[in-house]
Amino acid sequence: MSAADSSLLRPRLLGRATVNVVVAVSVLYTLLPVLWLVLASAKNRDALFSSDLLSLSDFSFLQNIGDLFAMDGGLYGRWYVNSLLYAVLGAAVGALVSVACGYAFDKYRFRHKEKLFGLVLAAVMVPQTVLALPLYLMASEAGLVNTFWAVFIPVLFNPFGVYLGRIFARGYVPDEVLEAARVDGAGELTTYARVAFRMLGPGLITVFLFQLTAIWNNFFLPMVMLSDQDLYPVSLGLYQWNSSASVSPEYYPVVIMGSLLAVLPLILAFVLLQRFWRSGLTAGAVK
Amino acid sequence: MNTTTTTHTRVPAGTPRAASPAPSASGLRARRAARRRQLTAAGVLMTPFFALLVTVFLIPVGTAVYLSFFSDDQPGLGFGPERQVFVGLRSYAAVLTDPTFLGGLGTVALYCLIYLPLMVLGALALALLLDSGVVRLRALAQLGLFLPHAVPGIIAALIWLYLYTPGISPVIELFAKGDITVDFLGVHTVVPSIVNIALWSNLGYNMVVFYAALQAVPREVIEASVVDGAGPVRTALQVKTPLVRASIVMVSIFTLIWALQLFTEPMLLSQSSPMISSRFSPSMYIYDAAFTRNNYGLAAAASVVLLVCTIALSYGVTRFTGRADSEEVR
Repeated sequence: MSAADSSLLRPRLLGRATVNVVVAVSVLYTLLPVLWLVLASAKNRDALFSSDLLSLSDFSFLQNIGDLFAMDGGLYGRWYVNSLLYAVLGAAVGALVSVACGYAFDKYRFRHKEKLFGLVLAAVMVPQTVLALPLYLMASEAGLVNTFWAVFIPVLFNPFGVYLGRIFARGYVPDEVLEAARVDGAGELTTYARVAFRMLGPGLITVFLFQLTAIWNNFFLPMVMLSDQDLYPVSLGLYQWNSSASVSPEYYPVVIMGSLLAVLPLILAFVLLQRFWRSGLTAGAVK
Repeated sequence: MNTTTTTHTRVPAGTPRAASPAPSASGLRARRAARRRQLTAAGVLMTPFFALLVTVFLIPVGTAVYLSFFSDDQPGLGFGPERQVFVGLRSYAAVLTDPTFLGGLGTVALYCLIYLPLMVLGALALALLLDSGVVRLRALAQLGLFLPHAVPGIIAALIWLYLYTPGISPVIELFAKGDITVDFLGVHTVVPSIVNIALWSNLGYNMVVFYAALQAVPREVIEASVVDGAGPVRTALQVKTPLVRASIVMVSIFTLIWALQLFTEPMLLSQSSPMISSRFSPSMYIYDAAFTRNNYGLAAAASVVLLVCTIALSYGVTRFTGRADSEEVR
């Protein structure tokens, strides 16, 4: 090591320490609110307002869970099932539809293709709030307002999934494979179902995960479409309970516990499917 | 988006390749049949999506535009059939002269002005730090930063609402111990408080997007800059950052589109803060006009205005960065 190097060592060590402190503070910023949610979910109502967060003397985690599922005749359980239905089913169907379309955009040639694709990309930009009123009027004309379908059908639409699907089809399904299948006399759709579909697997899961998050997050559309509490997803239900909390504070611990449980499915999905969504992000960002 | 135009000008797949110089009649027929089969397959694969596109996108956008030019006219005392009357640009005039709508636009503009730079620079800075190789426990740090993305927007808003509420919040208690009183939901603090919620939710996600892009930067480029005597800071700012410009543009556009739709967070906070009116943001204005006041024409006109703002701003960002690109080439 030369003399110049060792004189550089001190500022570099200082730099390293600064970098690590900055990252550590950022991680604390993102983690502490979640930690607060976990700690607060173990408090009963009085402890929530008065006592030290870290004291374990008034531990009432299980009681809060019991209260949560008993509140208003067990509504929370219904909401949870609704959310799972909207999100899991919606994301699965939506991902299949979008990726199939993206695949066709990549593998086939037809007139006005790029114009159509431009339309798909434009759809990504349009705010949900712009579509909400017309969708509500259409649903009301079709007699679908305040039904499962009023929320389920619009959330299937995922133009960004088509964009990702096209990128994945180019990356994962070599054209030679299709040529070979054609030479073998396989039909186009058979080739898609038997050969290409399997190669697109990781891409499908990425799109599924993105859409799962979006639907689980969805708040505006259910708020517009639904008035029957039994059809609410968790997000809308918690919103309503929170508005009652300022009048009747017994809702506070229930809302906090409900929030904690509502976070779990997405965390689970992200952890289990980690290696897929990482590749999806790269595809969306780099190319 | 300039990121996409470059990718899709390539020759599309499925192009007949290596056409023989003199195709026989039967070969030509076979090729036509194959082409027809391919078109049918494309049709089958694309129909479900485009059926959705028409029903939940094109028709609604068309309806919004149509509604914005009409108004419900109730004859007499509300008896008799309702009919729609063409009112031209009257709804637009009403929206654009409504101080609450303009106030909402102003609020969102202020929100974007604080949020967009904080988000893009913050996420990029974190990604560069993590990419520099000196961070300990990098995978764990990434996971921690990404965690809020798994927290639904309404729940993120709930958590922060409680952290902003005196009596429940340990943050306010901590400040109180130092004799500082803070009101997170006051006149001047409510917009920064909402920015904080959005920042908390999305910082980690965008950091991962940038980090992924940085990982794709060829290592030779970075080594070359180190050989040229650039320090780690200069390498990060002058070598790596320009190379991930496509991601910066993409993140900026998506952040902007989401920011303009601002709805969930203020809607929830409005339950506890008198500072947030029911027409705090354009999206809340649309909701209020459509479903509280039942004024569809007004809501539709406000929707179209919001849509035009969104498209104009996204186009502006693309153009602006596109021009920066071409100037650099020169």
